[in-house]
Amino acid sequence: MASMPAIRSREIKVAQDIPISKTLPFWEGLKQGKVMATKCKKCGKIYFPPAADCGECLSSDMEWIELSGEATIETFTHVVIRPLTFQHERPYTVAIGTLKDGVRVLAWLTGFRPSEIKVGMKAKLTATTTPDGTPIYVFTKPT
Amino acid sequence: MKRVAVIGVGCSKFGNRSDVTISELAFEAFKPAIEDAGITPKDVEFVALSSAGAGAWYEENLPAVVVSEYCGLTGAGLLRSEAACASGSAAFATAYWTVASGQADIALAIGVEKMRQIDTPTMVEFIGRSGYYLWEFHLFGLTFPGYYALHATAHMAKYGTTEEDLALVAVKNHKYASMNPIAHLRNKVTVEEALSSPVIAAPLKLYDCCPISDGAAAVILASEDKVKELKVEDPVWVSAVGYACGTANLSKRRDYVGLDSTVKAAQMAYRLANITPDQLDVALVHDCFTIAEIMAYEDLGFCKKGEGAKLIREGQTEIGGKIPVNVDGGLKAKGHPIGATGCAMIYELTKQLRGEAVERSRQVPMKNYIGLAHNVGGTGHYCYVTILRR
Repeated sequence: MASMPAIRSREIKVAQDIPISKTLPFWEGLKQGKVMATKCKKCGKIYFPPAADCGECLSSDMEWIELSGEATIETFTHVVIRPLTFQHERPYTVAIGTLKDGVRVLAWLTGFRPSEIKVGMKAKLTATTTPDGTPIYVFTKPT
Repeated sequence: MKRVAVIGVGCSKFGNRSDVTISELAFEAFKPAIEDAGITPKDVEFVALSSAGAGAWYEENLPAVVVSEYCGLTGAGLLRSEAACASGSAAFATAYWTVASGQADIALAIGVEKMRQIDTPTMVEFIGRSGYYLWEFHLFGLTFPGYYALHATAHMAKYGTTEEDLALVAVKNHKYASMNPIAHLRNKVTVEEALSSPVIAAPLKLYDCCPISDGAAAVILASEDKVKELKVEDPVWVSAVGYACGTANLSKRRDYVGLDSTVKAAQMAYRLANITPDQLDVALVHDCFTIAEIMAYEDLGFCKKGEGAKLIREGQTEIGGKIPVNVDGGLKAKGHPIGATGCAMIYELTKQLRGEAVERSRQVPMKNYIGLAHNVGGTGHYCYVTILRR
């Protein structure tokens, strides 16, 4: 990178193991085609992304619920300049949608022509699998 | 709380600084600040150093230590502050509270960042990871321009803000950067050039985005007793520091047309300073992307919600207008070495309030001698609003 005299630093490669033991039903749910959230049994607050603990009332007594798929798109962007680890992807659309349950979800928006995408339009939150076999959730066209 | 003044400021040249190490870069801001204050490094009792990319995009893991040694500050109290792009303001706040509480009589806030030692896709990766890594980056590769593009889309849909309005912010800030010798991007741009620049994260284009910069800025704060002892002629007093944080996940925000953390931090700062926004002579606002400046006008109370674009269209945020904003070129064109930015805002604000050292072409006329610095970390993940007055 340097245009001036420089010494190259020692190289280090890192990747962390991210714990999912407390959100395992979410990751398992994706494989069964479900997008799951948690709900605090004490105060009723719904968490997406799912949380094992309630930041509102500090209870850890949570239950798993399946989210409704119907979403209204609040906002979106087409990401053209991509990060290092997304270089292999074509430019993608990231959107935030509000579900009927009241929670918001950020995910890729797929299956629409760019000109069709508008704030306020309806989309469907869908559990799916990436070409390399990773379970994930995306917004798709309502059928 | 004791009264606290800014008694010395310094700022390096911003831009590609592959000629210097992190310590050498910090020294370029530190030395003029020390000389400005008329003190020696041994007088500094506490150091808050801000830098966000240590060990990631430049090689030093604990930059506060190496910079302090290099600048002759060994022995002082020391910490590194991290509040993403608001790290510099967090360091300033920490130094301010240290002096205001009586813990120290002289404290240093110094921000330094080197962002150009790695390639751009890796930098986009690191910065993109800075929201909620697992839920918004790991799965969906949301980038930092993407964060603000989500806000731009929402603002346009709700208030009719246009891509031309965004371009006007770039045109203004490049104009002032062209008058600022330490700015990173000193070229003037036109609306047409901005609109035809490549798309980064639609609707944001290249000229809607700040550059990736290296730079450093330093601020020396002193207690009122020390100000008298040192016979500081023209102290600039810290009037207030307001703060707030927002959610890590963008999906948990109330809406996307403004930043709640800015509104909250600003209300706190105005209350503590006992002023209203219309008393400000000058403001430096967080314009990492052009939409950020328009939202800042609204969230800081310079205009009603939804009327930010009107303010820039009417030229009200230029020198001679209702409230001159980012007359140093802003993050957009002066540059945004993220750990340095907050301290660089205090540097510029101090120079403006003194009305002496800034290039005459971009000196704001002072009426009340009150200025504001608004520094956001992430997309409102952190916010600090600092008010200074002479």
